[in-house]
Amino acid sequence: MGYTLNFAAVWRSFDDLLLGLGLSLVLAFGAILMGAVIGLGVAFALMAKNRLVKRPAAIYVSIIRNTPILVLVLFTYFALPQLGVRLGKIESFVFTLAVYSGAYLAEVFRSGLLSIPPGLREAGLAIGLTETQIRTSIIAPLMFRNILPSLSSTIISLFKDTSLAAAIAVPELTFETRKINVETFRVIETWMVASCLYVFTCSTLAALMRALERRLALPR
Amino acid sequence: MSENLLEIRGLHKSYGNVEVLKGVDCTMKQGDVVSIIGSSGSGKTTMLRCINMLEEFQGGSISIDGEEIGYEMAGAQRRRKREKEIARQRALTGMAFQQFNLFPHMSAVGNVMLGLVKVKKMEKDAARTVSEKWLDRVGLLSRADHFPGQLSGGQQQRVAIARAIAMNPRLMLFDEVTSALDPELVNEVLQVIKSLAQDGMSMLLVTHEMRFAYEVSNRVIFMNQGLIGEEGNPRDMFHKPKSERLAEFLKTSSFA
Repeated sequence: MGYTLNFAAVWRSFDDLLLGLGLSLVLAFGAILMGAVIGLGVAFALMAKNRLVKRPAAIYVSIIRNTPILVLVLFTYFALPQLGVRLGKIESFVFTLAVYSGAYLAEVFRSGLLSIPPGLREAGLAIGLTETQIRTSIIAPLMFRNILPSLSSTIISLFKDTSLAAAIAVPELTFETRKINVETFRVIETWMVASCLYVFTCSTLAALMRALERRLALPR
Repeated sequence: MSENLLEIRGLHKSYGNVEVLKGVDCTMKQGDVVSIIGSSGSGKTTMLRCINMLEEFQGGSISIDGEEIGYEMAGAQRRRKREKEIARQRALTGMAFQQFNLFPHMSAVGNVMLGLVKVKKMEKDAARTVSEKWLDRVGLLSRADHFPGQLSGGQQQRVAIARAIAMNPRLMLFDEVTSALDPELVNEVLQVIKSLAQDGMSMLLVTHEMRFAYEVSNRVIFMNQGLIGEEGNPRDMFHKPKSERLAEFLKTSSFA
């Protein structure tokens, strides 16, 4: 064992790692925000009685969930331009992750919708609320509370998936780490620091979600 | 123009091949308090739920103050009214449910206010004043800011009644409102209903509380296998049942 740890080279490029981490966060939040909109619509579609609404939603979810994210990333970036859709690296990745997270979030939202007793909708109808008013005033706020724990792990999972953007040279944290590794040959140190950054960020996200959960908890 | 508050004619309702209501006729006048009794599966709750379109029905008609509920004729075709119209008609009645169904993310006063703000388009302050008045009426003004999870079953049910009444409905529907309550909490809810009845509120109650039905209603309907088996004033119904079925039912129920 002749390896002596030497972090000096990594610290010299630490700013690049932080910029990479910043971009990772931007990618994740952009994608999750769009994915949440997709997911909410798809979740309601999955619960619909009308098969013309339900079926396409179910097909979308099953295709996306049964394809590896890396394949989707490569497909969007390399194959779509052949079909005339040209996107920049970052746009291409955010678009892919948004579509991908939409499918996962749809399932999370759906489980939240299933946990709401149907009597609440009926109580809303009985006082004269429309279906739309029931969704916005009753169903959505309750569903959101119900799903916070599983939403938290889905968000963390999606954040970690941004590392796959390195495959199409988006300069996020993993890509920057590999660059520093190649330039400095400090293999252990660079990947160790990158891992720590991922762990730190993910546990911060988890703590924030737990705080939100506590804040929204219903008094009893 | 009929003077009847509620008029049900030939009401038919099926779930698939199972016919639950087989042609029910029933009328109520303003201020009537009518109890529906009968064994489970006789169609009591279904009938109640048709009146505010929580259930669709395939035949017959229901009208409130002469206004036909839920369906209209387009030529010879019977069709469901538009959702907006049905929502408006639902507010003609108020309903209290067996499971209370309070919105768990809103305080007691928030529950009562919601319909006033969203359906009646009242200002929040005015809605709050009205809501507090009704919470006071059911004896829960001091709990206005409590959440459903902080209230007992009986208190939740009283809030649910206030939520329905605050909308100023023409007719109140009570669907086995005490069935889910612990025995010691039943009375506080029945007292509230009784005092509303004394104030002249028209109401239709599905209930298993025979003693209560006897005391509070001016008419009792006995439902049997999707039809009205017998109806009349409570004294005759409970003491001099005409049909074998009703006599049998009363024997097995708790009325003594």
